[in-house]
Amino acid sequence: MSINDKIKKATTHVIQNEGLIFEKSSPGKKGYKLAPLDVPEVDASKLLGNVERKQDAALPEVSEIEIIRHFTRISTWNYGVDTGLYPLGSCTMKYNARVNEVAARREGLANAHPYQPEKLSQGALKILKLLSDCLIEITGMDAITLQPAAGAHGELTGILMVRAHLEAQGNPRKKILIPDSAHGTNPATAAIAGYAVENLKSNDKGMVDLAALEAQVTEDVAALMLTNPSTIGVYETELHKVAEILHRKGALLYMDGANMNALVGKTQPGKNGVDVMHLNLHKTFSTPHGGGGPGSGPVAVKKVLEPYLPTPVVVEKAGGLLGFEYNRPQSIGRVRMYYGNFGMHVRALAYIMANGPDGLRQTTEDAVLNANYIRKKLEGVYELPYKTPSLHEVVFNDRIQQKKGIKTGDIAKRLIDYGFHPYTVSFPLIVHGALMIEPTESESKEELDLFIDAMKAVAQEAEENPEIILNAPHTTRISRLDEVRAARQPILRWKPKAQSAAE
Amino acid sequence: MRYLPKSPSDREQMLREIGVKSIDDLFAPIPPNARLTTDLKIPRQMAESEILDYFRQRGDENGKGYASFLGAGAYNHYRPVVIDSLISRGEFFTAYTPYQAEIAQGTLQAIFEFQTMICELTGMEVANASMYDGSTAATEAVMMAERITGKTGCVVARSVHPEYREVLATYGKYQGMPIANVGFGENGRVNLDELDKTLTNQACVLIQSPNFFGTIEDVAAIADLAHKKGALVAVAIAEAVSLGIVRPPVEADIVAMEAQSFGVPLGFGGPYAGVIATKEKFVRQIPGRLVGETVDKNGKRGFVLTLSTREQHIRREKATSNICTNQALIALMATIFMTIYGREGMRELAKQNLAKAAYAADAFKKAGAKVLFDGAPRFNEFVVQSKADPYAINEALIQQKIIGGFVLKKFYPELGNTAVWCVTEMNSREQIDAVAKEVSR
Repeated sequence: MSINDKIKKATTHVIQNEGLIFEKSSPGKKGYKLAPLDVPEVDASKLLGNVERKQDAALPEVSEIEIIRHFTRISTWNYGVDTGLYPLGSCTMKYNARVNEVAARREGLANAHPYQPEKLSQGALKILKLLSDCLIEITGMDAITLQPAAGAHGELTGILMVRAHLEAQGNPRKKILIPDSAHGTNPATAAIAGYAVENLKSNDKGMVDLAALEAQVTEDVAALMLTNPSTIGVYETELHKVAEILHRKGALLYMDGANMNALVGKTQPGKNGVDVMHLNLHKTFSTPHGGGGPGSGPVAVKKVLEPYLPTPVVVEKAGGLLGFEYNRPQSIGRVRMYYGNFGMHVRALAYIMANGPDGLRQTTEDAVLNANYIRKKLEGVYELPYKTPSLHEVVFNDRIQQKKGIKTGDIAKRLIDYGFHPYTVSFPLIVHGALMIEPTESESKEELDLFIDAMKAVAQEAEENPEIILNAPHTTRISRLDEVRAARQPILRWKPKAQSAAE
Repeated sequence: MRYLPKSPSDREQMLREIGVKSIDDLFAPIPPNARLTTDLKIPRQMAESEILDYFRQRGDENGKGYASFLGAGAYNHYRPVVIDSLISRGEFFTAYTPYQAEIAQGTLQAIFEFQTMICELTGMEVANASMYDGSTAATEAVMMAERITGKTGCVVARSVHPEYREVLATYGKYQGMPIANVGFGENGRVNLDELDKTLTNQACVLIQSPNFFGTIEDVAAIADLAHKKGALVAVAIAEAVSLGIVRPPVEADIVAMEAQSFGVPLGFGGPYAGVIATKEKFVRQIPGRLVGETVDKNGKRGFVLTLSTREQHIRREKATSNICTNQALIALMATIFMTIYGREGMRELAKQNLAKAAYAADAFKKAGAKVLFDGAPRFNEFVVQSKADPYAINEALIQQKIIGGFVLKKFYPELGNTAVWCVTEMNSREQIDAVAKEVSR
């Protein structure tokens, strides 16, 4: 049986070539038509003087059909959740419901200006209020800000609130403890918030080592930033004790809620010792990842941190109207202009409504079921470094395949030939050669079985024909790209041929 | 639940194959006393028709059908329908960060095109793959200037969007970044004498052009002054359409732009897309993501995320920024918008804005209103001073289904009864004429 016979999901088909849009441009082609000007023309040089633009920007000149074809063709080079399983661990690539998109594009919401009068903004304010209430309930916290534009932005907001709170007590303290299994953004966030970072070692279960924590929490520690479930998909069973140890020394527990898809409807972190946490609406609440953004990273807090929320906050005003409150003297200030990524708030609320309490619980259960199914079927085919029970994601490593010189990154590339987006390869740092798999709830048993077959086929190839893996992918429009060259000789923009030849 | 593709028997079979009795067994790591045993108190599961009805009602309550003269950092421009048609393709909007370049070339190439177009428009040599928004981009620009110069702090013009300055203040407060302000003169431009006194040994000067009053700054003069003192110049651009007709700030070292004007819905304030563009020599200090061109093993052109050693991926606590994502889908909207208008269209569109705003300022003056900062060029926004309280003027306009200018009292009490008015290609002559009378009160 040839390798191609094993590929059940993918097959080769026409992939159209497409140059850069600039290469299609010719002077005089147009993709636009403006309405006639209904006021007198102006002499720009008279109005602007020496600040008039003398030379037009060399933007492409193309027709509408060329624009449609160009972007449609290049879109087919992308793999999306719509294409199939996208098991990128810790990124929670779930189905993006279409009703969310329609809701966000409703006239009155999509066209609303952030500075329009509050009495003409009641619809948007009601959405912000209802989403806030839902997220407070889901997390078990007391208050929330929807302002941060992404998860990492939420982390920063949360840590700044911790800092402001400690400062108000007389001492901001000096360090943030971060487990070695944490997201790479955690240490970066702590540094940007003016804190030193101290690593906290995980125990052999991939959890916080309570003894190590006890020893490391001093009066200098402001907070622990804990990803829960952790990046190996493990729930911190002793979350209460972790919180207790911190609280005894006046430090706070920050929970990175990136993996909240494993907990919604099953446990409320705020009721279990967490003081502050962020949510990634694009992960847990199905707003589209869009090739890398926009995200949205609300931060939920306990009562003690509420005074420090970024301004403005949504409040009920006289006469039953909702409005923004700006006068909050203890606030950390603003972390983004206006009120955050409102379009994402609409989508997240539409998702919560489509699910309800029963749907959200079932979603969590299915996500965990899927991860455990993959774990069961692939254990032994790939090495499982941590035997601790998995929630929504499972992390293998490449130790078995490494004997044939094959690493996690190679397996990932071969998986592309089998019709799947690869899992996460670079993470977590505590697992060398990690294969971090998060199927989410959006996968049917059939799609999971195809994926499992593909993973097994690659493992078999690793034994029998390692070359085919090392040279993968074979079926994509382009083969493996030279990343080193891109970094050593950066080409970060297109230039016309004549111009680049002259340089 | 309609989004979940498993039948009850699928679930049972999977549990059997895993070797557990019930789904609860899989949640055993969560201690019983930490488990939620009741339903979440959130709205019940709703049908698609009910969800759409809810949002239709909210949209209707939200100023639907009003003409608007609001700008102040978020601009009402026409969005060609091609934009939504293309960004709705699942391969674009349901993809993630392009970590696996071979199956993410669509996103990567689009970002490369975005970077190129931004360079063309801003007169800078490199641009990143986008940031959260203009306010955080401006803040990151100042942090970037600190890294480049090795100095701390900045001088920020009071004519920079007040919310950009608030974001900068939040970041600055916890980073030991001293921030000094410089005011504006009679013509609404940065007061150069005051800047000369205020700028001592800071890392950079942050200005906005066109500024919050719509006035175009003399970037060359400010850069000249700043560079003599060893400071960099960061220019924030909130109204990107201005670049079609206004000279790009080529003397700047860093441009921090908000791309919302390029086909991104107003959306009650977001999501938008910031951008940082700069000179090639500073490329390794740019925060966020960059896409670079390279080749595959057959020599075929392709694109990858590159130079990521600068940011949080690798250096962790030594990271230059904690930004983890970009705004790829929003950047794609902007790319499509820039492609649709192209070389000539961008000028034509900008020129229409210039003409409409000039007509409006004239009409307002003829009706007896006072236009402030008349001594310097402006693009599509201008400040009007009235005898009456501008809130009262706006209240009267709402009765005519018109949303008036942004009242400046909140941020600039010294300007008295003033509002900044924005006129784009979306405002008709009829609307402008209708407003003129009210504004002169």
